[in-house]
Formats: sequence, C-alpha cells, structure tokens
Amino acid sequence: MLIRAGDAGILLAGAGFVIALTVFAWGGDRGDTAVIRAAGRVVETVSLTHARTFSVGGPLGATQIEIEPGRARVARDPSPRQLCVRQGWLTQSGQAVLCLPNQVSLEIRGRHSAYDTLGY
Amino acid sequence: MKSAAAIPPMTRSVIELPVTPDDRRIARLAALAIGLTLAEAALPSPLPGVKPGLANIVVLLVLLQYGWRAAAWVSGLRVLAGGLLLGSLFAPGFWLSVAGAGVSLSILALARHLPSRHFGPVSLSVLAAFGHIGGQLALAGAWLLPGAAIIKLLPVFAAAALVFGTVNGVIVARLLAAPASDRRQSMPCTLP
Repeated sequence: MLIRAGDAGILLAGAGFVIALTVFAWGGDRGDTAVIRAAGRVVETVSLTHARTFSVGGPLGATQIEIEPGRARVARDPSPRQLCVRQGWLTQSGQAVLCLPNQVSLEIRGRHSAYDTLGY
Repeated sequence: MKSAAAIPPMTRSVIELPVTPDDRRIARLAALAIGLTLAEAALPSPLPGVKPGLANIVVLLVLLQYGWRAAAWVSGLRVLAGGLLLGSLFAPGFWLSVAGAGVSLSILALARHLPSRHFGPVSLSVLAAFGHIGGQLALAGAWLLPGAAIIKLLPVFAAAALVFGTVNGVIVARLLAAPASDRRQSMPCTLP
C-alpha cells in the first residue's frame, strides 16, 4: 500500500491548507462601493448592490459607467484609445480605471483601502 | 639530499579516529543526498525555493530504516556539504536551507510516532515538505524580506510542497516496498 488511510487524510488536510492560504493571500478585498470622478471632483458614490448605469460628462462627451452587483466598469467612452473601456470589470477594492482624455475616473472601494491616496 | 636526510624526522603523530560502521553508513547516505542536492541545483526553477527536494527521499529512507539520529546527521551533512559545493556556505540561501532542514527534522521527530498502520512515508514526506518550506519562509520573512511581500507567494510555495512532498513520499514508499534484489539494482548505495 503506497498511500494509507492516514496519508489520504494528511493529503486532504494539506490541500485544504493550500486552498485556505490561497484564499487568504490572493482573495483580496472585494469592493462594495464605486466612486466616480469627473475632472477630479467626486460626482457619484454608489454601492455595488444593484445594476445601474451613469452617464458622466467630460470635455469630449459622455462616459457611460455600468454598475452591477459586486462589480463596475466603463461601458462606453469617447476617448480615442478606449483604454478605460478595455480594462473591463473591476471587482477588487483599490482598483481604478481612468479615462484621461475625458477626465473621468472610476474607483472601487472596500472596507480596507489598499492605498491612502493615489496620485496620477 | 644528504642534508635532507640529516634533518631529524618529525615526531610521528597519528590521530586515530575510530570509525564505526554507523559512521560509514551515514557518510555514504549523506553522499547520496549531497549528490541529489547538486543534481537538483542544476534544475531551472521558476521561483527560488521551489525545488523537488530529492535529497529528502534519502533523509526519509534513513529515518525509516535507521532512526531519527541518523536522518538528522544525513540531513545536516547534506546542508553543510551542499553549501560548500554550491559555494553558498554561510550565504543567506545556506541559512534558509538550515532553517528548512531544522524545522523539517523537528516535525519528523514528532511525526514518526504516528501509527505506521495508517500513516506511511507519504504522510511523513508531505509533513517534512511543509516543514521545509515553513522554516525557510519563516526565516526569510523575519530576516530577508520583512513585510508583506512573502504573503503573496505563500500559496505557490505551499502547493509546491504538497506536490513534491507527495511525489517524494510515493517514491520512498515504492523503494521500501520493492524487494531487496530490486532495490540493489536500482540504488546500490542505500544498502550498505
């Protein structure tokens, strides 16, 4: 018998330990609030509880921000390179997406913020 | 020539070190473990510290066949001579090895009292692997990389310890289960 009953137990416990470590180290902090800024000023602070969309005006036009339970993204933006749209959904506390040409930003916040402040 | 012959012969002093068969056996097994350590050092690794730990196969075999003292000797000699040969003696990596081997051996000292009907070499190997990586990371976290940097790597190291510990344990179990003639063919060194 290569693997005995206790061995299987130890292997299971080890696998559980690895999974617990993974959740602990990589699970991160899921955000519960989205902060939308235009030209540096906070225009909207919404909790990520139910689906909504916002339209925020900037120098180039309107940026559309989509909120869903637990996540948020920039759905449409007039910026030429579409970087903020391509960033996709944000879920973790501290994640942020910037639409620089249109001066709109979207940031996710949770209970603990990873950074006190971010300068761009 | 003549003058050389005129020099009085130096006092002959011979230091006798009695060598027991146990010593020879430990030396032979430690040499095997050192060889595996060297071979393993040539393997490329994506992360420093993620290694198969093949030398632990020897340490486990020694533990199961000759007891904990012999295993501790083999493991200690392996770390020391491995450090010498790889040029990392007393460098940070060497101390990480010392910490890993130390914790692993202390865990084995406890784990070998587990009832062997249910807990075979695989258990010992997995526990020793976790001890190894735990000791190394504890020292690295306290000394080399204080702060949270190591926490993100914990799952990778722990998963590697689980996988390699299991593989090594199965190898040990197979070696122990193999008939003696078979063993002699595959590893002539372990049967002194």
